[in-house]
Amino acid sequence: MLTMQFLVTGILTGGIYALVAVSIVLIYKATRIFNFAVGEMLALGGYFCYSFVVWGGLPLWISLPGALVMAVIVGALVERLVLRPLLSQPLLTIIMATLALSVLLKGIMLMVWTGYDVGFPKNLLPGKTVLVGMIAMSHELLWAFGITLVAFAGLAYFFMKTRTGLKMRGVSEDHELSMACGVNIVTIFAVTWMLAAVMGTLAGFLMGYRLALAPSYTPLLALKAFPAVIFGGLESIPGALIGGLLIGVIEGLVGGLIDPNLGEVSAYILLLLVLIFKPEGLFGLKRIERV
Amino acid sequence: MWRPCGTFDDTYEKDISIVRTPAQWSITVAGLAVLAVLPLFASGYFMTTVNLIAISIISAQGLGILTGLTGQISLGQGAFMGVGAYTLMMLMNYLGFSFWLALPCAMVSAGIIGLIFGLPSLRIKGFYLAMATLSAQFIIPWVITNVRPDLTGGTSTINIQYPSLFGLDLSKQSSMYYVIIFFTIAILYLTRNLARSKIGRAFVAIRDNDLAAEIMGLEVFRYKLLSFTICSMYAGLAGSLWVLWVGAVNVDSFTLHESIWFLGMIIVGGLGSIPGVCFGVIFIRVLELFVQQISPPIAALFPDAIGAAIKSGLSPFTFGLVILLFLIYEPRGLAHRWEIVKHFYRRWPFSY
Repeated sequence: MLTMQFLVTGILTGGIYALVAVSIVLIYKATRIFNFAVGEMLALGGYFCYSFVVWGGLPLWISLPGALVMAVIVGALVERLVLRPLLSQPLLTIIMATLALSVLLKGIMLMVWTGYDVGFPKNLLPGKTVLVGMIAMSHELLWAFGITLVAFAGLAYFFMKTRTGLKMRGVSEDHELSMACGVNIVTIFAVTWMLAAVMGTLAGFLMGYRLALAPSYTPLLALKAFPAVIFGGLESIPGALIGGLLIGVIEGLVGGLIDPNLGEVSAYILLLLVLIFKPEGLFGLKRIERV
Repeated sequence: MWRPCGTFDDTYEKDISIVRTPAQWSITVAGLAVLAVLPLFASGYFMTTVNLIAISIISAQGLGILTGLTGQISLGQGAFMGVGAYTLMMLMNYLGFSFWLALPCAMVSAGIIGLIFGLPSLRIKGFYLAMATLSAQFIIPWVITNVRPDLTGGTSTINIQYPSLFGLDLSKQSSMYYVIIFFTIAILYLTRNLARSKIGRAFVAIRDNDLAAEIMGLEVFRYKLLSFTICSMYAGLAGSLWVLWVGAVNVDSFTLHESIWFLGMIIVGGLGSIPGVCFGVIFIRVLELFVQQISPPIAALFPDAIGAAIKSGLSPFTFGLVILLFLIYEPRGLAHRWEIVKHFYRRWPFSY
């Protein structure tokens, strides 16, 4: 019974990881950049929402879209000011740029929102803990899971039905070919960063609502999405969802049944094993190098 | 190697020497003399800073070999320092090893752990490798805090007995300085020679094109692992000296944050350049101190709460900004600037 409880909690928490993972995957697919600053960007999004709710006293149906708009602006700024000057630079430069960006954003968050924990009012989202049989599901996790599913459905619609989505799929296949077909890939990069920032902000809000926001540990929670991304495959959006849920489950089961501290690190042990034995992940593209 | 016009090597010894011209000799001797008498004049605070910089140079040189020469990315340098530091502490406190005996053991243990986390480099590179070394940064502190907290002290700080050398007590910053600076100079000399030996050239070949290197007959995997091992052994040495520097060991000193800072240092300094790494370390460490010095006056300009927040955020903000500016405007780092200055001086007044 306890196993079932941990399993369900793990799946529900995994939804949040999946949101972060898809934020990474979107950027990687389109721009071949792995965004190490995703943790800070999502925390920033969570803080925007917090500011609207607590400082502005606005209801959630205004604050959350407001935070998403702010996230879009941040995403566009990051792309324009940091990544666009670094187009076609070596890999290490790009990795270091996103790492430096994460430190910079952390500094900004410390300055604006201080280093102390802040939390959302607990009655922000309606509902209370649901009991199915003996299994308790807290309402914030149910909301998180629901929002994740809606976000993924929205992404699927966006990629299947809209013109921009089609262009983005094209860009993720081949940069030069899309350019030759008349796609402005720099604009697509910008749109991708905005979209990824929106996904991150949703995750930041949900994590902040579930626990609390702090510049020191909210970004660390997002580091759990890295194993999810690698596990699902860096190029795969369904892989991000499945990887996220799986990491949630593994963490829930290991942390609940064996040792809470081991739960934190189990995802990374798994990551190391995946990297040694099946580096492309479950759904990623197998890369074949030719000379 | 750029040299003034008219300097020729007529013997093999001259051709392979590191210090070549009389001017270089005089700079070297003068530099060593300054380093030797420095503790007689400088304050304790200054010596603490110099020691920190010297320790960081050792670790950053290791990362410079791995990232700058071999082109592999490591986000685990801080954790490997931690391995060295904890090995040293445990050998000294529980097995009664002397500091001098525990030091090489710490280097070896860090080297072995680095080798293990370098294993994925057989199949992966780039982002994936960054990820694998990032996992080291999570797994190693977890092992330190959770597996045998009775030995490692968990998250608490454990003190060590300060060692002594020829009757000289090493508990003061000015006396431990000689030990640290000795190792730093030895490491610099070693790195310089490593970089121009067969091994170093193999590293550079792997960085530039690993497939071509393999086709030319290099055992790429062996050299990658060697690079990881050397890098972590440097980290182990730096971690051990860190324990000497602090007199205690705590897992919080070896976080992901530290690893990112080391990467930032070698980027600012210039990848693949040995003096560049030193410049980068000095630049970042001095910048850090500078920010620490100026943040209280800046914070005093604002009301209490805002001031405290600005004080806490200024250091990461500056660091991130500096690295980004370097990446965008001077990706070849301070080493490149230094070369420009040197060339200007050499050709002056008849530059072309």
